[in-house]
Amino acid sequence: MKRFLEALGGFVLTLLETSGRFFILTGQTIRGFLKPPYEIGLWAKQFVRVGIDSVPVVLTTALFTGGVLALQTYKGFERFHAEGYVGSVVALSMLRELAPVLTGLMVAGRAGSAMAAELGSMRVTEQIDALVSLATDPVKYLFVPRVVAATLVLPMLVILADAVGMMGGYLVAVNLLGANPVQYEINSFQYLAMEDFTSGFIKAGVFGALIALIGCQQGFDTRGGAEGVGRATTSAVVMGSLAVLVADFFLTKVLF
Amino acid sequence: MTEESTTPAIVLEKVSKRFGRKVVLDELDLTVAKGESLVVLGKSGTGKSVLLKHLIGLLEPDSGKVLIDGEDLWSLSEEERGKRRRKFGMSFQEGALFDSMTVGENIAFPLQRHTKMSKDEVAARVAECLDLVKLPGAESKKTSELSGGMRRRVGFARAIALTPQILLFDEPTTGLDPITTDVITKLILAMRDKLNPTAVTITHDLKVAFTIADRVALLRDGRIVMDLPPKEFEAVDDPHVKAFVAGDSSFEDPEETTLR
Ligand SMILES: Nc1ncnc2c1ncn2[C@@H]1O[C@H](COP(=O)(O)OP(=O)(O)O)[C@@H](O)[C@H]1O
Ligand SMILES: [Mg+2]
Repeated sequence: MKRFLEALGGFVLTLLETSGRFFILTGQTIRGFLKPPYEIGLWAKQFVRVGIDSVPVVLTTALFTGGVLALQTYKGFERFHAEGYVGSVVALSMLRELAPVLTGLMVAGRAGSAMAAELGSMRVTEQIDALVSLATDPVKYLFVPRVVAATLVLPMLVILADAVGMMGGYLVAVNLLGANPVQYEINSFQYLAMEDFTSGFIKAGVFGALIALIGCQQGFDTRGGAEGVGRATTSAVVMGSLAVLVADFFLTKVLF
Repeated sequence: MTEESTTPAIVLEKVSKRFGRKVVLDELDLTVAKGESLVVLGKSGTGKSVLLKHLIGLLEPDSGKVLIDGEDLWSLSEEERGKRRRKFGMSFQEGALFDSMTVGENIAFPLQRHTKMSKDEVAARVAECLDLVKLPGAESKKTSELSGGMRRRVGFARAIALTPQILLFDEPTTGLDPITTDVITKLILAMRDKLNPTAVTITHDLKVAFTIADRVALLRDGRIVMDLPPKEFEAVDDPHVKAFVAGDSSFEDPEETTLR
């Protein structure tokens, strides 16, 4: 019991300390972003990297999630003869919730961790000190391109995930469960409103910013050699994923 | 003009620094004149790197002042401090090369960021710097292909690309074989001849120290306990200095000094 409380206290302290650093570095990132020069070349490089890093895993996730969603709802809806609505359920859940959140989680695992590992190893090999010694603001040079890239890439990945997820649902419903293809398609779009799409799109942008900021901060504040880099990478994934889930709740509640 | 030339390049006034409970620098005073070459000796873990990082503003003292050309570094805004850092060229213990870039890109980095040089001018300057460190034509090499000695030399080349007035060397020869050590020592002498900078070098190697120093200082318990020209330093009758001179730094495991 005592140990549990100690661990809990330690966790709370770390959380407070980390969130303090998080806000300071977020402030510096915003300042670095606003202040010219705008290093578009660096942004573009990260944009490609975050995107390419994440596309395969995001598409696979979306395809199978759409598929399993169709399977499950079909089984359930069959009981009260509402199979016709499977398309609507798949489309709505993908667009509003599952595409942005699952994409966020996957990018936290893929790109957030890569950012922490890269900045962490730069920290322990004194490359970040070298940047500063060459009169370069490390937050502007390292954070800003990654945060900008992730904020822009995530909504685009979500569009892909929306489309692929709905396709997964269609394939399963039509090919495995024998739904009428024309009707399924009509049904998919019938009840969709523009805000279903935009809400997921905007959420994704916020998730991207959070994941990149957390990944960069964890890497930037790495202490203690290769072991420290490992710790930073792990906590970038854990904290990035938690941030996505918590932010998702509040965004859904407050905004949409 | 006369005032300008008598202002010391570097002054530390009662600089203290602690990490947690560990006091690393304890009201340390130090002055380095323009064009002078100071070598700082000290056991591993005494805070030599910490001292060097205070000179260029990589670390902020808990108390005390760091004056560069008479200007208090920490009374400036971060942006102004950044500009002052262009006066410096720093070579890190393991080179600290950017491993996402080639050798040439590493050296071009400060030129691209802080000058308006054209592509050709940058390439010419990179080639010139690589010549100076005796690595001509190494531009397209990856940093992972380099040996320890080569990494240090590329680090030198990057540090001098903007022709800084102050050079800082953190253990430039630690962990290198005697021949490579000799090459690096000669390089440091050549860079001094060519650029005539103020230089602060940290080393364990007494031979290196006595070759390149105008003054040798010993760091111990957070302070400079001895600060003399090389000849007098060697002859001094102080138990700590004697221990250091006779105690043979070559017996120390060179790898140990690379751990932080
Ligand atoms: N950023 C830091 N955070 C905490 N402790 C540090 C930091 N940098 C250095 N230290 C500690 O300060 C002491 C001196 O380190 P350093 O200057 O690297 O020694 P050396 O003389 O071998 O270069 C060491 O005990 C080291 O653990
Ligand atoms: Mg050191």
